[in-house]
Amino acid sequence: MTAIQTRRKPITIGNIAALMVLGVLAVSWLLPFAWALVTSLKTETDAGSTPVSWIPPSGFTFDAYAQVLGDGNLLTWTFNSLLTSVIITVLTVGLSALAAYAFSRLDFSGRKWLFAVIIGSIIIPPQVLIIPLFYQMLAMDLVDTYWGIILPQVIAPAMVFILKKFFDQIPIELEEAARMDGASRLRVFMTIVLPLSRPILAAVAIFVFIAAWNNFLWPFIITNDTALMTLPVGLQTVKSAFGVQYAQNMAMAILAALPLIVVFLIFQRQIIRGIATTGLGGQ
Amino acid sequence: MTTTLTNHAPNHAPKKVAVTPTARRGGPASRKRGENLTGWMFIGPFMIFFILFLVVPIVWGLYLSFTGQTLTGRGGGLVGFANYQEALVDPDMWRSMGNTLWFVLISTVPLVLIALAMAVLVNLGLPGQWLWRLSYFMPYLLASSVVSLFWVWMFNPQLGLINAITGLFGAEPIAWLQDPKYAMLGIVIATVWWTVGFNFLLYLAALQNIPEQQYEAAALDGAGTWRQLVSITIPNLAPTTVLILILQILASLKVFDQIYQMTAGGPGGTTRSAVQYIFEVGFTGYRFGYSSAISYIFFALVVIISIAQFAVASRKGLKK
Repeated sequence: MTAIQTRRKPITIGNIAALMVLGVLAVSWLLPFAWALVTSLKTETDAGSTPVSWIPPSGFTFDAYAQVLGDGNLLTWTFNSLLTSVIITVLTVGLSALAAYAFSRLDFSGRKWLFAVIIGSIIIPPQVLIIPLFYQMLAMDLVDTYWGIILPQVIAPAMVFILKKFFDQIPIELEEAARMDGASRLRVFMTIVLPLSRPILAAVAIFVFIAAWNNFLWPFIITNDTALMTLPVGLQTVKSAFGVQYAQNMAMAILAALPLIVVFLIFQRQIIRGIATTGLGGQ
Repeated sequence: MTTTLTNHAPNHAPKKVAVTPTARRGGPASRKRGENLTGWMFIGPFMIFFILFLVVPIVWGLYLSFTGQTLTGRGGGLVGFANYQEALVDPDMWRSMGNTLWFVLISTVPLVLIALAMAVLVNLGLPGQWLWRLSYFMPYLLASSVVSLFWVWMFNPQLGLINAITGLFGAEPIAWLQDPKYAMLGIVIATVWWTVGFNFLLYLAALQNIPEQQYEAAALDGAGTWRQLVSITIPNLAPTTVLILILQILASLKVFDQIYQMTAGGPGGTTRSAVQYIFEVGFTGYRFGYSSAISYIFFALVVIISIAQFAVASRKGLKK
């Protein structure tokens, strides 16, 4: 990343053309955000009238935001999303790291075929499991509960693979020295392996968190109770309820988009690196 | 680090994994037993979840696909291959599979090419780095519900920005998501906008791994920017392109969220995807047995496509 920024670029026709293409793409990609933002700041009358305009006749207003926030559901859903996503992330990273370490370092019987089974399971689309999983949740009495949302999302075979590949690269001498001193495997794992793996753990955690925060299908199936819905599911239900209230729809969308965008702006570097490493994990 | 370990280890180690020290003192056999126990303790928690929420449902789903199970519990008996026979002649199922493949086909090309163009341009190192990255990648952070709200509004026939813009060039307004001719195109546009940033980042990471010396050598030989792009950049990106294609096709096959929320599969089923059909048969029609059978047919399709991809990818690899 730094290598790029230090390279000085002369002003050539080619570079100006490249900048223009970059600019056009950026404008196109930012346009839906801008349009949603402007709409959310209009009165409902202005939002629903033609011709389409960027500057509303009655001026800008925060009415739509006041309406949406006054309703209260949005904050409940944000809380639900945060709670479930954090628990999913912690469980997924914890379980995957423990398993990955075993596959990387411990010589237990059945290791090879078990690893093959777990890697092979990456191919299973979670969507084909919805019917039996829903049945299971009924049987376990977990429909319309937080655990019902969380538990089926905790399995991430791809993350086991990525973490194992990373653990494989850690020099074994570091661990052997501690083992000689009598440290248990768990202790070696906690005090040597985990601290060395902080970047990859962060990358996996970010990846899992974004996926969980934005997951739609499973939470949609498992929750009917408005008070337990996550943000994406709740948003889907109001869209039809609000109908033609465009300004309020857009205010909701903007507010729902905000948390992850803020997180991204703060951790931009880590997130970009995280996506690159986990996304390329299969390579 | 090692000193701390030496100080504390004797107190903690025996408590946590009592077998390990004994195992080390004993012969190879007991050592092996110790490793076995420790190994299973490490993977145990993962395996419990793996079995409960992956193995059990995949087996149960297979069993359900041979029953007439409904939500109310009626018709739970075995019906042999009846569900599969019904599915094979179900026009709605074939249509939803066809829609899915069509979506994969027409979304994958722009999702790869636009991502590649974005990455190559950003990688030139021109000013505005953070702005380009931010604007191209930001939509990827949005939930499907937000994307759908944004784009249903953008595509609104009377009040939407898209028709306002095309109108400036004299085009007639289009009812994007309500017209069978344009609905899938609208979905693809929204999807490309939403997820291209992910591929863009993968390409960007790959571009930054290309050794600078290759460019320097080419520049010494008098190769211009375009020449460098064609003979260094593109060949170096081949493995990444294969990977992106594999990931992209597998992800697009599972499309559901944005379609369900933007068009609900309409108009007239023209955008209904395979996953949506599974969902509707199961949770609207309450035919769990039949829905499971379609799930398995869909699963088979995914497996066949994956195997084909890996076969093609590894043959490409052999050639090099």
